[in-house]
Amino acid sequence: MTALHRVAGNQALRRSRSSARPRPGPGRPRASRSTRRFALNGIGVVVALVTLFPILWMVSTAFKPPGELYSLTPHPLPAHPTLGNFAAVINGHAAGLGISFWTFARNSLYVTVVTVLLASLVSLLAAVAVARFRFRFRVTYLIMLLIVQMLPAQALVIPLFVDFRGIGLLDNLTGLILIYTAQALPISIWLLRNFVAAVPRDLEEAAAIDGAGPVRVFWRILFPLVAPGLVATSIFSFITAWNEFIFALTFLGNDQSKFTLQIYVQFFFARGTADWGAIMAASTLYMIPVMVFFLFVQRRMVGGLVAGAVKG
Amino acid sequence: MAETVESPGRRRLSPPAVGARPEQRGRPGLPARAGRRRAASAPGAPGGRARAGAFIRRHRLGPYLLLLPSLIGIGLVLLWPTIQVGVLSFQNFGLGQLSGAVPTQWVGFANFTNILRDAEFWLALRNTVVFAAVVVVLTLLIGTLVGLLLHHLGRRMATFVSSATLLAWATPVVSASVVFYWLFSPDGGIVDWSLSKLPGWLGGGAHWAAFNWTTSGALPAYTVLTFIVVWMGFPFIAVTVLAGLKTIPAELTEAARVDGASPWRSFWAITYPLMRPIFLVLLLLSIIWDFGVFTQTYLITGELGNRDEYNLSLYAYDKAFTLPPSYGLGAALALILTVILLIITVGYVRASVRQGAIS
Repeated sequence: MTALHRVAGNQALRRSRSSARPRPGPGRPRASRSTRRFALNGIGVVVALVTLFPILWMVSTAFKPPGELYSLTPHPLPAHPTLGNFAAVINGHAAGLGISFWTFARNSLYVTVVTVLLASLVSLLAAVAVARFRFRFRVTYLIMLLIVQMLPAQALVIPLFVDFRGIGLLDNLTGLILIYTAQALPISIWLLRNFVAAVPRDLEEAAAIDGAGPVRVFWRILFPLVAPGLVATSIFSFITAWNEFIFALTFLGNDQSKFTLQIYVQFFFARGTADWGAIMAASTLYMIPVMVFFLFVQRRMVGGLVAGAVKG
Repeated sequence: MAETVESPGRRRLSPPAVGARPEQRGRPGLPARAGRRRAASAPGAPGGRARAGAFIRRHRLGPYLLLLPSLIGIGLVLLWPTIQVGVLSFQNFGLGQLSGAVPTQWVGFANFTNILRDAEFWLALRNTVVFAAVVVVLTLLIGTLVGLLLHHLGRRMATFVSSATLLAWATPVVSASVVFYWLFSPDGGIVDWSLSKLPGWLGGGAHWAAFNWTTSGALPAYTVLTFIVVWMGFPFIAVTVLAGLKTIPAELTEAARVDGASPWRSFWAITYPLMRPIFLVLLLLSIIWDFGVFTQTYLITGELGNRDEYNLSLYAYDKAFTLPPSYGLGAALALILTVILLIITVGYVRASVRQGAIS
């Protein structure tokens, strides 16, 4: 569909709207308003394309054979698309590690899934406490959440490296899961408490009067109603675990078979081979799960994002 | 998507959200109705559990038990290490102390005096502050403009544009850094190629053909970093501004338009005053996020390869982890960074509280 079609559609829409609303607007001629609409849509397309450009360029490069990468006039699309870069990444030859891409993908997936589940459970419990109870230190706790999510990872990584070395959690995915879960908690609790508060108390009270215990009320009444909120907040713990860099970089130094995807891409990039086709292929593969998850929860996510942002 | 943006925005910002608070507050000092509700359900539970439940209820431990797992996690991974940063910054702590071969020495303020005397610290501080200032302004400006654009677009077009921008937001940092490195690469990168084809009066020319952005000093490297950080940062601002715009009654802007106010005038007279609390929160959040960006800077400036391109985070990381490691020096730098961020965070918390975020 072209921008023109869209303009036509919008005009039709506006005409029907203005017939419903008798007030004729500020008296600007219709031609100038449709020009304005056209210009706005044009700007919109430009903004979207400029924003998408780096991602499109990454994907396009991933499909280019080596000969096309350093040609004197770069082309936006590969002339002879190839899957060779992806093959080299997946069989493990590309980065010179000899370890298959799937090993790193499995590590990342394991860390992320466990983090999301743990963070969801722990933050749901905390969200119920702050949304359903009034108790001493409640406000203190909420302010503490606001403050701790601002603590810089660049600072925490130093003592945590010393600590984790002492208890043998370096080169260990469990160590990363602990850190990512804690990092995801403040924002998850902060967002979830709104979802919990939105569940009408009457439902829980009715169930309690019918003889359901607190645990049963929680699982049968509250949990299903808060589940959409859990999905919305899980994007934050997902992104925390999938994207986090500094702890993974510092803690996964020695054992390459423990690398998560971000460290694999970084390792490949930092080798200085300038094998951009394969590096972009690795980067594309690393990005796919985020995109899938993102498209899956996008509608909810925007709501959650906004709720969190506007509320603080 | 336009609707999903709209509804939470309306719900959170409009006066009813404030009005909802008294209902939640219940009786002061009591665990609200939840406590009584649980009491009613007790007879059904088996003996031991019922007694434990009664104990929890009598001492109103319910909420504290629910908070316990989160407190343990946050305490162990976020709060305790912050205290350790403070402790380490007054110690001489290197490889020997790490392995336990050498006892830890308290050195007073020696780490801090070392840092303050180091010219590299002041360079890193300058890079950090200037970069944060430029990026915060650009991110807020572009984010606000895109938010206004989204507000005025038709529904489908707005969905398309906001989806595109949120893809940038969701891009993993490592992917984004690697892609921009490639875009700005002196060897086959599209940016150098485009600049070399631009006519001279637009600043182009053949001298751009193999320009190395990442090793030619702080200014080119931080130009690339500005692109990355703004690209990843503006979508969040745009979506938040859009949500704020949706809370402004259409009658107000309509009335201004009927009275002949220009869009510029109407923005400063109506939109901006109403959205000031949101802008304040976004400003403070942006400063916190863009101060001492680690990952992008680490990757773009060549993994600690160019010391004149350090920011505070890279400088601290370098001191702590490059051989021979000095965790004490690194911690002292980390403490300086943390204190700066905490000062801004205090402003952020106050702004959030004033906005009624803590209810």
